[in-house]
Amino acid sequence: MTTLAPYRSELHTGRDGFAQLLRAEWTKFRTVRGWVIGMAVALLVIVGLGALTGANSECGSQMGPNAPVLACPAPPTGPGGEWVTDSFYFVRQPLAGDGSITVRVTSLTGLYSTHGASAAEGGSPTAGMTPGVQPWSKAGIIIKASTRQGAAYAAMMVTGSHGVRMQWDFTHDVAGEAGTVSAASSRWLRLTRSGDTVTGYDSPDGAHWTMVGTATLTGLPSTAQTGLFAASPGYSVNTTSLGGGSSKGGPTLATGTFDQVSRQGAWPAARWTGQDLQGTMDLALSASAQGFTQAGNRFTVSGSGDIAPATDNTDSVKKTLAGTFAGLIAVVVIGVMFITAEYRRGMIRTTLAASPRRGRVLGAKAVVLAAATFAAGLVAAAVTIPLGEHLLHQNGNPIPPVTALTWLQVVVGTAALLAVSAVLGLAVGTLLRRSAGAVTAVIVGIVLPYLLATVPGILPVGAEQWLLRVTPAAGFAVQQTFKQYLQVNTVYTPGTGYFPLSPWAGLAVLCAWAAAALVLALFLLRRRDA
Amino acid sequence: MTDVVHAEWTKVRTLPGTGWLLLAAAALTVAVGAAAANSVTCPAGGCQLDPAKVSLTGVDLGQAIVAIVAVTVVSGEYSTGMIRLTLAATPRRWRVLAAKAAVVSAVTLATGAVAVLVSVLAGGLLLGRHGITAAHGYEALSLGNGSVLRAAAGSVLYLALIALFSLGVAAAVRDSAVAIGVVLALLFLFPILSSVITSPGWHRHLEQLSPMTAGLYIQATTSLRSLPLTPWQGLGVLAAWAAGAMLAGALVLRFRDA
Repeated sequence: MTTLAPYRSELHTGRDGFAQLLRAEWTKFRTVRGWVIGMAVALLVIVGLGALTGANSECGSQMGPNAPVLACPAPPTGPGGEWVTDSFYFVRQPLAGDGSITVRVTSLTGLYSTHGASAAEGGSPTAGMTPGVQPWSKAGIIIKASTRQGAAYAAMMVTGSHGVRMQWDFTHDVAGEAGTVSAASSRWLRLTRSGDTVTGYDSPDGAHWTMVGTATLTGLPSTAQTGLFAASPGYSVNTTSLGGGSSKGGPTLATGTFDQVSRQGAWPAARWTGQDLQGTMDLALSASAQGFTQAGNRFTVSGSGDIAPATDNTDSVKKTLAGTFAGLIAVVVIGVMFITAEYRRGMIRTTLAASPRRGRVLGAKAVVLAAATFAAGLVAAAVTIPLGEHLLHQNGNPIPPVTALTWLQVVVGTAALLAVSAVLGLAVGTLLRRSAGAVTAVIVGIVLPYLLATVPGILPVGAEQWLLRVTPAAGFAVQQTFKQYLQVNTVYTPGTGYFPLSPWAGLAVLCAWAAAALVLALFLLRRRDA
Repeated sequence: MTDVVHAEWTKVRTLPGTGWLLLAAAALTVAVGAAAANSVTCPAGGCQLDPAKVSLTGVDLGQAIVAIVAVTVVSGEYSTGMIRLTLAATPRRWRVLAAKAAVVSAVTLATGAVAVLVSVLAGGLLLGRHGITAAHGYEALSLGNGSVLRAAAGSVLYLALIALFSLGVAAAVRDSAVAIGVVLALLFLFPILSSVITSPGWHRHLEQLSPMTAGLYIQATTSLRSLPLTPWQGLGVLAAWAAGAMLAGALVLRFRDA
């Protein structure tokens, strides 16, 4: 008896792993000419609009029709490489080597202007100003490497409404004793230098001292300028509302009264030198309004300006990437079509027959789409930022210094922003199966909140910040290169270019939307007939 | 021609999606306008505020849904192959586009009129609660006021022109995803670019050329002098975009195989 062997095909069984699925989806992606062209268009439009923005944003002034255009000046740079404002009244003496200075502050008063920068011609520079101290008006003691703008420093100060603070090198700020200063409740401040280290102390009575902070000022020269200072940042009130806004403000003046000045170390016997440190761009009163008086061991110092990170800057990196929106619209259209085209052509039935595990199909599509978009976005951002900044620089715009890490954050973040938006498009396309509805939902969901939040005067500030926290538009925070500082007297609003969330937290909000849409799409893809 | 319009009306009427989309357009327009009016915070009458523009903020969102309706009227026929039947029945192709334009503008005008009317009424009610009334020196938000009537009627026309613009783009590019992408890009990109380009000449030209920014000047009732165009000129810019898109759509429809 013979046994018949059943027929077996000569062909080997194909593997159906995830790698094969990826290859299948990649083949679909690269062989649809429109999608490849669309990705190229997305890349080119980002670069092109970045160049257009850079080429048409002049900054500078021209004295006459034939005079050369003077570029806008750049603010001074602090020890950490960031732009700073360094403008105050300094009563100083050179301190050689280690030593300390101790003072008692008995009052801090101020004046502010609500009518712009300068008073009437010929009048006193403080004429017409209103008495009142600003929250970040400050007076105290300071050790500064030199009187050069942006030089390293450490200072102990009393402030208008933030108590005693120790601040150093513009970006660092540590709180000391709370409360406002007055004759009845005076504050004692002390700075001690030991090598590169400066330590700040405060005390309510000159007997019991508390250490507030320790600053290491690298490269502090052996002889540092040390003494008393006063500064007061510009006053401004912005009323933003629907359909319009108004702002008023002007320079301010702070006056601190000091006594019980005592010093240790190698101090010269010479008199104190009073100097108004002033930058070209600061909102500060003229030198004649500032000054100091000395009566024995009692000093009164009046100063205007601020020692802090610079504000009112233009984020030129973000500005060059304005074309990201156009690129985003293109990649969302591609992302949606990557799935809706399969439904339209009936291809989805072949795809799902070949790979019955539907979740893996959606996963493979998401991976292929995200990888292709990420690559295009990476190239676009890496080309656009240097190109746009070069053009902005040629047009006289000062370019804020950006660390390599921040630069990388923006380039990788922009690529990720585009990739995640495309995947969101894919997920919503799977949910709705209709191209027009899906494209509109995603684009309107991302672009409209951004537009409503960042164009000033459409929504109140609270609503603007709320929109940039919860909507997918939060992802654009990843393109921001400026930090927000607590010790700066400015309003950080979306209208002035500040997002309420940190860069990566903003991107995480967009990722959460994409993940939620993807999970829902997966659920429905499994349940519904194709 | 009446038959062609009737045929198009039947197609639009019998699609289940159209009604829902138009309902959503009206509801979102009213909801966003009411939310904007309700969120006004104005310290003691100290802010410059355009009550009509605030109550009609919802048009920003409503226009996107009107665009979907208009795009699907054309692109839907291409995706199902219906277009070949339509063109076989009406060989004079421009008539098909004209009939679609007539039907789409009619339904948009009707939807827009309801949405805008309710928005203005709701806006007046909510803004009044926040003290934004004529008694406090603001523009009175009633249709008896000439400029508010212009803003309201203009917003209805704005929505109809957006629909015609989208219809033209859809006829030119055919695919619905690409068509809606092009429409939204042209609407949203100009305001974003004009917010970053600081060169005064370019900034002004971008605002004057933008279909959305210029078109929405029709909603302005206060500080008209600060606008780079008058309200009706602004709506004219959008009308020119719509006419251009319709012309492009008609030419593609006439000279390209369906």
